[in-house]
Amino acid sequence: MDLGTFLIQCLNALQYGLLLFLVASGLTLIFGIMGVINLAHGSFYMIGAYMAFALAPIVGATFGGGFFVTLLVGLVLAVLLGYGLEWAFFSFLYDRDHLQQVLMTYGLILVFEELRSLLLDDEVHGVTPPAVLSGTLPLGELMTYPVYRLFVSGVCLALAVGMYLVFTRTRLGMMIRAGSTHREMVQSLGIDIKFLYRIVFAAGVAIAVLAGMVAAPVSSVYPGMGNTVLIVCFVVVVIGGVGSIGGALLAALLVGAVDTFGKVLLPQAAGVLVYVLMALILLWKPQGLFRAG
Amino acid sequence: MNVIRTVLIAAAVLGAPLATAQTAPKLKVGLMLPASGTYAALGTAIENGFKLYVAEHGGKLAGREIEFSQVDDESDPAKATDNVNKLIKRDSVDVLVGSVHSGVAMAMAKVARDTGTPLIVPNAGAAAVTGSMCAPNIFRSSFSNWQPGYAMGEVMALKGYKSAVTITWKYAAGDESVGGFKDAFEKGGGKVIKELSLAFPDVEFQALLTEIAAAKPDAVYTFFAGGGAVKFVKDYAAAGLKKSTPLYGAGFLTDGTLEAQGADAEGLLTTLHYADDLGTPRDNAFRLAYAKAYQIQPDVYAVQGYDAAQMLAAGLTAVKGDLSKKAEFNAAIEKAKIDSPRGAFTLSRSHNPVQDIYLRKVVGKQNKLVGLASRALADPGLGCRM
Repeated sequence: MDLGTFLIQCLNALQYGLLLFLVASGLTLIFGIMGVINLAHGSFYMIGAYMAFALAPIVGATFGGGFFVTLLVGLVLAVLLGYGLEWAFFSFLYDRDHLQQVLMTYGLILVFEELRSLLLDDEVHGVTPPAVLSGTLPLGELMTYPVYRLFVSGVCLALAVGMYLVFTRTRLGMMIRAGSTHREMVQSLGIDIKFLYRIVFAAGVAIAVLAGMVAAPVSSVYPGMGNTVLIVCFVVVVIGGVGSIGGALLAALLVGAVDTFGKVLLPQAAGVLVYVLMALILLWKPQGLFRAG
Repeated sequence: MNVIRTVLIAAAVLGAPLATAQTAPKLKVGLMLPASGTYAALGTAIENGFKLYVAEHGGKLAGREIEFSQVDDESDPAKATDNVNKLIKRDSVDVLVGSVHSGVAMAMAKVARDTGTPLIVPNAGAAAVTGSMCAPNIFRSSFSNWQPGYAMGEVMALKGYKSAVTITWKYAAGDESVGGFKDAFEKGGGKVIKELSLAFPDVEFQALLTEIAAAKPDAVYTFFAGGGAVKFVKDYAAAGLKKSTPLYGAGFLTDGTLEAQGADAEGLLTTLHYADDLGTPRDNAFRLAYAKAYQIQPDVYAVQGYDAAQMLAAGLTAVKGDLSKKAEFNAAIEKAKIDSPRGAFTLSRSHNPVQDIYLRKVVGKQNKLVGLASRALADPGLGCRM
């Protein structure tokens, strides 16, 4: 592999890692802070991607807007969806054991997939990126790189910084961090912990939906797309340490690099390398790289 | 007249029992197809095609009224054996038809071998179905993964390409398709310089696209289907490779995916045993009847379902509807010439269609016929002993 190819592969690894972080951060938020194993997280990603596909014509007709307006409308809907789901289902799960959480959130996967099938169809769909971002950049003489992929990376970075600031620099972040470890104490200090959890859950759903919408033009939209994403997201969350945003970022970049270079250098083992990485890191640090709380 | 005909077809299609006097007991056909999941649309097309042929013959084949028993196999190999047994033991079906997913079809083939129940596979292209698992009572109305790959190898060698890179998912269908391509391409004087693969159903292609760019082959051969096919074609174009390195593939790359692939698929050449505009009287008649009955255009899967019914009819006619004459029934299908919308075909010794493979080009959301890629191509049927 010459230097030029190597650098392009590094870019590929970084870009894939950031995309993984975007999806996994919502999961680590819900898993780490609220202690709920949410298998339906992949479904929220799927819902986001289908929103990017199905909402665009509706939004275009109502607001005359393009991709970014659709993104905004999708986010609003996602927050409402997350808020409603927490109220209707997840709020009953906090004190239950993990098996019951897994059962219910698995049930939600089936419900969401079936709803998707009923409301739309079982076909594969493409989403076109907005015209401003549809160009490509030349990378040496070898190949070109789509501008939209760089935009996706930018969104991921912005989100990572934003989440870090909210968690470490704001009152809300402080309450969330306190609530994740000392629920009763926070409650006795007069903070409405139920409402707080509802917000965190809605934010987690919104991030997953955002990831799905932003990724739709590069990943295309197809049935069952959430399930593949879910597995690798859990790998990222477990490697990074449950509940740690920084850990999730580092883990996502690691997984991105191992996956990208694994495919190139060890193609026969590419499918398992990511899991080998997880096993090794857990042997070394059973709690993951950074354990929150 | 036309109205009555349409109503009759619709009634038969919907499975509404037609009040007719019976002479022989009904023949139970067990349809095991995906009705949910990724392959649901394919399962529906196959079922539609099969039922269309039965309806065209007044709901009867060789004088025996057809009754359907259906199971949704969910394309899940783990549930396949249970599902087949449901059809055979609970519903006591006379004939099995299924399925789309190769893993499920393999489980069906195993049960069919053990019980002797006739099985017609209307899609799954795994080599083993008409290879190591072959049996006198197992037939396929579709293709083997090897066939489109081999035909494309011939086409690309003839075009004068000297080097090629292959890329696919690392699983049976991908390996067999690429294997067929390599057989023909290297026989024709080309060389496969790199065989790239990724785990099924991973769709993160960027690293491998960079490898293709660095290897600078004359052309690329690929096997992908469904969502993976859409993403691969778009990523390939976005990486700027479409301009520098021509992309070829097995027909599944552009079947049922063109709407989503958009302009990025325009001009792609693929090989398959069917095209959207064959223009033969047989195909035109089929397409018209199908469109009338279901209000959508048929695809290759509908053709395969239709032909599965034709194969069953050929066997039943030879034994006058008496399935107890197993040897005669099997021999009749083996010798039959199936008048398929894709063009007439016969069966190989291992019971896979010996068929023409077409070269198609994507023009404005259609797979237009360019010409014949390989005439009367037969799968080698490796490992089949009957």
